[in-house]
Amino acid sequence: MKAKVYVSLKPGVLDPQGKAIQHSVELLGFTGIADVRQGKYFEIALQDSDDQEQAQESVARMAREVLSNPIIEDYRVEIEG
Amino acid sequence: MKFGIIVFPGSNCDHDAYHVISKQVGQPVEFIWHRDTELNSFDAVIIPGGFSYGDYLRAGALARFSPVMESVKKFAASGRLVLGICNGFQILCEAGLLPGALIRNRDLHFICEHVFVRVETSDTPFTNEMKQESVLRIPIAHAEGNYVCDDATLRELEQDDRIVFRYCDPAGNVTAAANPNGSRDNIAGICSSSRNVLGLMPHPERACEDLLGSSDGRDIFRSLAATLAAVA
Repeated sequence: MKAKVYVSLKPGVLDPQGKAIQHSVELLGFTGIADVRQGKYFEIALQDSDDQEQAQESVARMAREVLSNPIIEDYRVEIEG
Repeated sequence: MKFGIIVFPGSNCDHDAYHVISKQVGQPVEFIWHRDTELNSFDAVIIPGGFSYGDYLRAGALARFSPVMESVKKFAASGRLVLGICNGFQILCEAGLLPGALIRNRDLHFICEHVFVRVETSDTPFTNEMKQESVLRIPIAHAEGNYVCDDATLRELEQDDRIVFRYCDPAGNVTAAANPNGSRDNIAGICSSSRNVLGLMPHPERACEDLLGSSDGRDIFRSLAATLAAVA
């Protein structure tokens, strides 16, 4: 199984990197961009196991305790069979 | 009175702190490797600046899991003094010993320059030899020094007089223009509710000798030593 974890800054937390990326993209001529937020993406390969529920639970804990800082970031976990 | 300086892989201000304690403060000091867990012989522990674990994931995020950090938590809970400088402040926040977090500087740059900070309270073991509202000239050197916290945390910090340093202009005015990194309310340093844990982004250990352009940082270490001397 594979777990995908998306970590993003909470709404309201300033993202200066996102702003700089937006500016650069706009310089290239792209228009109509309201906002860019930069985040992190993790792929975690799990040892063979069929228990999706348990995998979801344990990866969510990883995301909460290590991969994200709950003060400034949110996370989302996806498990692929 | 014995000081310990924690060394993580990637710490790079450990020797500066060692130099200040041994030569300027004139007290016994030892390095503590991050795998050591025995802190009982120390009265104060310094978590120095640097790039522990290469700042992988988030600044300070991985150092939190080093074996020594469990001991630092117990050390702090016992009321002994913990000073986190720069990366040390980031580690203390990640470890939950101080509230809030330090994110990327507002203008994205790594900033390495002397700034001015105002002493907001002399009611800490780290500032009791200084007058409130005195202004220190101390360097900063960071890319992630932008202090953030939620409204409730900020209120609590203010009510409990736990904001220890704020970025200011040379005259001591806390202004937006004097805020180098976008920190909320110009916060440069805060202490724990029990006041024995201090984290700050500026580097006082780099400002302890006139030869280095400023010796204002010495007052922080002087306060620390005076506190420990009074207890002993």
